[in-house]
Amino acid sequence: MNEQSCFHCGLSIPKNEVINFDKRKFCCVGCKTVYEIFSLNDMTSYYDFEKSPGATPQDIQGKYDFLDNEAILSKVLEFQEGKTSIVSLNIPHIHCSSCIWLLENLNRLQKGISMSQVNFPEKKVRITFNSETVSLKSIVYLLSSIGYEPYISLENYETGKTKVDRTLTYKLGVAFFCFGNIMLLSFPEYFEMKEFWLDNYRPFFRGLIFVLALPSFLYSASGYYLSAYHSIKTRMLNIDIPIALGIIVMFIRSSYDMLMDHGPGFFDSLVSLVFFMLLGKMFQTKTYSFLSFERDFKSYFPIAVTRINSNTSEESVPIYDVLKGDRLLIRNQELIPVDGILISEKAEIDYSFVTGEAVPITKKSGDKVFAGGKQIGKVIEMEVLHSVSQSYLTQLWSNEIFQKKVDQKHKTLTDAISRYFTPILLLIAFAGFGYWIFIDANIAFNVFTAVLIVACPCALALTAPFTFGNILRIMGKQKMYLKNALVIEQLAKVDTIVFDKTGTITTNKKSNIVYEGNPLSDEYNVLIKNVLRASNHPLSRMLYDFLPEFRKIKIDDFQEITGKGILATIDGKEIKIGSSTFVENSNLKTSEIERTSLHVKIDTIYYGRFNFQNQYRDGLETLFSTLSKSHRIKVLSGDNDGERGNLESILPKDTELIFNQKPEQKLEFIKNLQKNGLNVMMVGDGLNDAGALAQSNVGISISENVNVFSPACDAILDANEFSRLDYFLKLSHKSIRIIKMSFVLSLLYNVVGLSFAVTGNLLPLVAAIIMPLSTITIVSFVILMSNFYANQK
Amino acid sequence: MSVIYLLISVSICVAIGFFIAFIIAVKSGQYDDDYTPSVRMLFDDETKITSQNNNSPTEEKQV
Repeated sequence: MNEQSCFHCGLSIPKNEVINFDKRKFCCVGCKTVYEIFSLNDMTSYYDFEKSPGATPQDIQGKYDFLDNEAILSKVLEFQEGKTSIVSLNIPHIHCSSCIWLLENLNRLQKGISMSQVNFPEKKVRITFNSETVSLKSIVYLLSSIGYEPYISLENYETGKTKVDRTLTYKLGVAFFCFGNIMLLSFPEYFEMKEFWLDNYRPFFRGLIFVLALPSFLYSASGYYLSAYHSIKTRMLNIDIPIALGIIVMFIRSSYDMLMDHGPGFFDSLVSLVFFMLLGKMFQTKTYSFLSFERDFKSYFPIAVTRINSNTSEESVPIYDVLKGDRLLIRNQELIPVDGILISEKAEIDYSFVTGEAVPITKKSGDKVFAGGKQIGKVIEMEVLHSVSQSYLTQLWSNEIFQKKVDQKHKTLTDAISRYFTPILLLIAFAGFGYWIFIDANIAFNVFTAVLIVACPCALALTAPFTFGNILRIMGKQKMYLKNALVIEQLAKVDTIVFDKTGTITTNKKSNIVYEGNPLSDEYNVLIKNVLRASNHPLSRMLYDFLPEFRKIKIDDFQEITGKGILATIDGKEIKIGSSTFVENSNLKTSEIERTSLHVKIDTIYYGRFNFQNQYRDGLETLFSTLSKSHRIKVLSGDNDGERGNLESILPKDTELIFNQKPEQKLEFIKNLQKNGLNVMMVGDGLNDAGALAQSNVGISISENVNVFSPACDAILDANEFSRLDYFLKLSHKSIRIIKMSFVLSLLYNVVGLSFAVTGNLLPLVAAIIMPLSTITIVSFVILMSNFYANQK
Repeated sequence: MSVIYLLISVSICVAIGFFIAFIIAVKSGQYDDDYTPSVRMLFDDETKITSQNNNSPTEEKQV
């Protein structure tokens, strides 16, 4: 292990801050304490599975006091009866085998926990505990103290037992069971042996086959009948009609053949077809269980908030119970759940959840504060103006776009093709029937059914699921997580791309800091760096990281004035760092005040200011110039147009820039574009883009850390992969091309099969060969092609 | 040759037995998390003893 990285959390340790304990190095007291807890409980094998797996515990004083409230507690618990309680907690830090080991051994750390089970893909731990020995609150505190702070949000408030839909798994299981057994039983029939004993037992074999085909026909394939019925009812011909028709006709014809002793029927082909199609469906539904694409404000908002009663006592109340006129207490790092008026003197509010803007906004007493902000620093008090559902931000969710369940906004490619396929198929079937009826009624019936059987577009129906399923996985590996396979088709149709500015095309990880003013000597730089070291304000932390490493000196006097700046004394020198009003610099133009900057004054001389500029993501310029060749690009921003000049210089000329957009306006903007017949892709990040993301044809949310929360959308893209957006768009185009190619291939199979069918020569054996053969070749073709295209840069 | 009736009936019954086992496994949620158990089984024996009560997922489902 690297000498300079923390044994617990793996962060590199600044030279002079190493804490040595038990022959190990730690970066901070927090990490050391966690190690101490583990070594006391003989649990240091935590560190054996993975190197430095831990996280620094955060200070959560009072944050979970609401878990004392019985009403809230009963909502959070999954199960409670007598002494036994079960809770499912979402822990974002779960990331390795050490985590699993530790969390499943919680009973060694805390009495009263009888068992805990981790679900790694969902990042959840399910804890069963004795509520008389230990409270949920103390479990949460224990988890937080060892660096596994659970995430409890308003979403937990409404969880009952979530029902998992396993129908597809059951159907697939049934289909596979029938498929395997029928294949074995129909083997003798393939060879048409005239042996005496085989002939003797034939009725038994056939009877068994018939019985085994029933579950597959009635249960496994039921989804296709329903879908076909719906599509006929809505007059939208989809691919499921010829499939359902094929299956039903196949079943009737086979039963008839068997009954009349004409032959063994097509039961083997029928069950294999059902099985393969369900397999394709299963393959297509790749889900990322640790991600959620359906999040609204509920996943961000706390479950409870501290209310100050009229007799100055404090109480945790569920936030749905917060009424207008209540006084609330918001602690450091807590989210403001409702709109209100600030009562405390000053507040620093971080709206990065909402807007993506990293720099906190300073509010004074009497100012309006909006829901969705996070308080940074001291405890503040506020008075409620609107209840939760009526707040500025949450009102967005009452827009109709969030109300209706839009499951299919467009027609899929397969459905578009089957609109032509189905009529043509019926035409051929009737033509064959019409021709043969004059020659032999028996053959005519056979031809008619054979056409419907062999043309059953199983290969056609399989190409899309397997292509999309594979592309979905390929993109997932490259950190573009799609909600479902339909998104790929929609991506390929996009012609207009709308970007949010803050947090989407800019990054809030690092800021571009430029110094303006009289040059600072090295000595002064040392002073500034040392003063900043003591401050917790996000701007000072950013500037501190930006300045080069200097030696440390002692600060004689230090004072941080909230909302203004820092006042410090070193060696008799008075240093002021802060806002322009704080350093009393009068000769500033108003336009310059709007910019985010820190001003520096040493003794009585004003030196200059550090300007914080938006840092655009790497590769933005090239991405935009590539995209602008094929798409219309627009940039929407909730900010003022201070950055207009800067943006115009780096973006292609025809990019439209729109500033000062409210969340609803963004939604309307997208709606208007769609009214003009455009297919819009929205790329955003914060909650204020949620409306636009939902309204757009494809909403992509950019996330710095995919485990952390992002608003409801169709796809989540890791921020580091932002510059490869054009690659993903290209890949979606290519996947459509693959599907078209394999459609041609499967139509060829259908032509071959049809030629057997219309001439009245479709034997069960021929069908049994053609169907799996076409399926397997098509599936391998699409998988190979999509992998090939994905490797093309 | 009538033993074939017996043989096939037995084989179908065995297959149905496995099929029922599969349905029960799906119902109890064993297939919901296909990653964690693969890690859990690699932990040392020392761990296994202390967390023995972990291996009763079906029982807890009665809840």
